[in-house]
Order: sequence, then structure tokens, then C-alpha cells
Amino acid sequence: MRAVVIASVLAACASRTPPQPAATAAPQPAATAAPQPAAADHPSLKTVASFDAIADPHARSAALFLEASRVFFHPRCINCHPAGDSPAQITPDRPHDPPVTRGVDDRGVVGMRCTTCHQDHNLELSRVPGAPEWHLAPKTMAWVNHTPQQICEQMKDTKRNGGRTLAQIVEHNAHDQLVGWGWHPGHGREPAPGTQEQLGALMAAWVKTGAECPREGERP
Amino acid sequence: MISLTVNGKAYDLDVDPEMPILWALRDVLGLTGTKYGCGQALCGACTVHLDKETVRSCCTPISRAKGRSVTTIEGLSPTGNHPLQKAWCDLAVPQCGFCQAGQIMTAAALLAQNPKPTDADIDRSLAGNLCRCGTYTRIRAAVKRAAGLPEEPTRSTSEEG
Repeated sequence: MRAVVIASVLAACASRTPPQPAATAAPQPAATAAPQPAAADHPSLKTVASFDAIADPHARSAALFLEASRVFFHPRCINCHPAGDSPAQITPDRPHDPPVTRGVDDRGVVGMRCTTCHQDHNLELSRVPGAPEWHLAPKTMAWVNHTPQQICEQMKDTKRNGGRTLAQIVEHNAHDQLVGWGWHPGHGREPAPGTQEQLGALMAAWVKTGAECPREGERP
Repeated sequence: MISLTVNGKAYDLDVDPEMPILWALRDVLGLTGTKYGCGQALCGACTVHLDKETVRSCCTPISRAKGRSVTTIEGLSPTGNHPLQKAWCDLAVPQCGFCQAGQIMTAAALLAQNPKPTDADIDRSLAGNLCRCGTYTRIRAAVKRAAGLPEEPTRSTSEEG
């Protein structure tokens, strides 16, 4: 009971959404953790084949990227691609709690490193998300306040994309473990649309068709 | 079996690898200086050092400490005479005291890496350590005293909150 009171007071002092006391103080078996959204409710991604009807390869390429950008703009992804120094959580309009900053290496400052709290896997009892190499995307890879066209140009620009080739961009999207966390976010968090495999296929097809970017103003 | 060092002493712990470090410290080793606050890495009361980095021990599985060194408030100084501990006493920082072990452990990690921190450095590093008594200005002053810096704020800040 004492721990319940302490947790509630601390949360209230910080003007944060208080954690549910019962879950905070009394760890529950994994079987009782909040369920993931049902597969039927999980938004899908269009397949690469569904873009075959677009005859113009340039337009098809841009359309493939636009579909992939549905993943980039999903909270599981864009929350850690901020334009400033701090990520969001849950939804893009909700600042990370506690108030972390990126530091010089995008992994936090001393005393508040990403790995001070985040592990290499999700923690269901405490609800803290985790994956290998947990960190913020560098500022050059900011997606907040960017359009699909701007993100597309950013991804192709080796000065802003971490020096990656297009093949490496595809590989990163298709197989990176931290990217992959977006589809396995743990405790009741909505996964990104589709699957990482589908995103990888869309990005590979985008590159194969010329890596064209959507026009400014186009939205998925 | 998890082999690790706690406050310079080697242990082999026969515990669940997913047991939070905090549970091992308090319930297995009897080191109760580290406190349980929120259990969700939100308050910082349970902060310890894993090698030289801070971790929230309430959420960090003991398996992550395998082969590594954990330092708790009890191990920060053999005599309880760390410059931060002295400054904490000199300035009467604690009120209820519950969060202070975590505050000091985070501050110690900060000073080890940044011996002359600015107010902004202190605020950023300690932003995850909550104090329900609102002793934040005394905490900052004590960190600066331990660092040998003037204790006055170097910029306008919102005071105790």
C-alpha cells in the first residue's frame, strides 16, 4: 500500500498521467498484460503488386513511397524522429515522460541515457518499451513537421541519411531491429501498419522503380 | 546463476534473470538504501550505477548486470563521505528523503563525467529524478557545492516546484 501511495504522489507531483496504481505496485503475470490490438483492427499496407496498375514507372515509384510513408508517420516511428531534442511518446503531441534530451550522440545525456530506462526488449510488467540500440534518430533524419516529399528527399540525401546508399536504406527498413520494434511495441501500443517485411518490399520496389519522390502536397 | 559485483564485492545470485536489480539489492542482499518509487522508470528513486552509467533498478533485469559492477548509495563512498553526501548534509537538502539516494546517484554519475556542470547540465541530467518535497533548488545547489562551483543559479529558473 505504501508503494501505491508513493507512486501516486510522485506521478501527481510531476503533473503526469498517473500510472494505474494496481499495475504499478502489484506486478501481474504476463498473461494479464493488456492485449495487443486484434489483427483484424491492425491497418495493413498495400502490396507491391497492387501498384502494378500504375503504368508510368515514375508515378508508380512515387506511389510506392507514399504508401511506405504511412509507416514513417505512424507514432511508433515518428515519435523518435523529432525535429527538436526530445522524443514524443504514445502520440506525437505527447512529450516523452520523463523529459529526456538527445545529447551529443542521440542517446541521451549522462544520468538520462536512453538505456538508463530502456532495455533491449519490452518490459511488460513495467510497460517500458525496449529494443536493441534504442536511441533517437539524428536531427538530420527528423520527420516531425515534414511532408512525404521532404522525407523522401531526405532519405536519398547521403548528407542527411547517415551516408547510406539506397540499398542500405532498403536493408535498414527491412531488417533493422529497432525499426522492427515498430511492429512489436509491447503493452497495448498500436503497431505500425502492415509488417516490416511489407515495408521492406515497398522500399525495395521504390528503389527498383527509380526512387522517385511524391509531389509536394501529396499525402498517403 | 548471475555473477556480478555489488559495491566492490562479488556475488553469485541464484535468482530469476528477469528479476529487477532493485529486488535483488533489497530483498536478496539487504541493501535497502535504494528505494522503490514507481516501478516504471518514471521517478528515479531506484537509480544505481551499472558500471559507470545510471540505470533505473526497478526496471533493469538482473541479467543485464551479469559480469558487471553495480554501485548503490551504500557503495558510493566507504565512509559516506562522498563530496555529494557532504554537500547534501551541509545544505540540509532532504526533506522526507525518499528520493535522495536516487538524486545523489544520478548527480554522482554527472560529476564523474562532467566535473563542472552548468545549471542546464544539472537540470537535464536530473530531470528524471522527481522529488515530491520539491527540494530541487537545494539539490542543484548541493551538486554545485560538491563540484566546487558557486551555488547561485547561473540563469533565471522556476524555483521549487
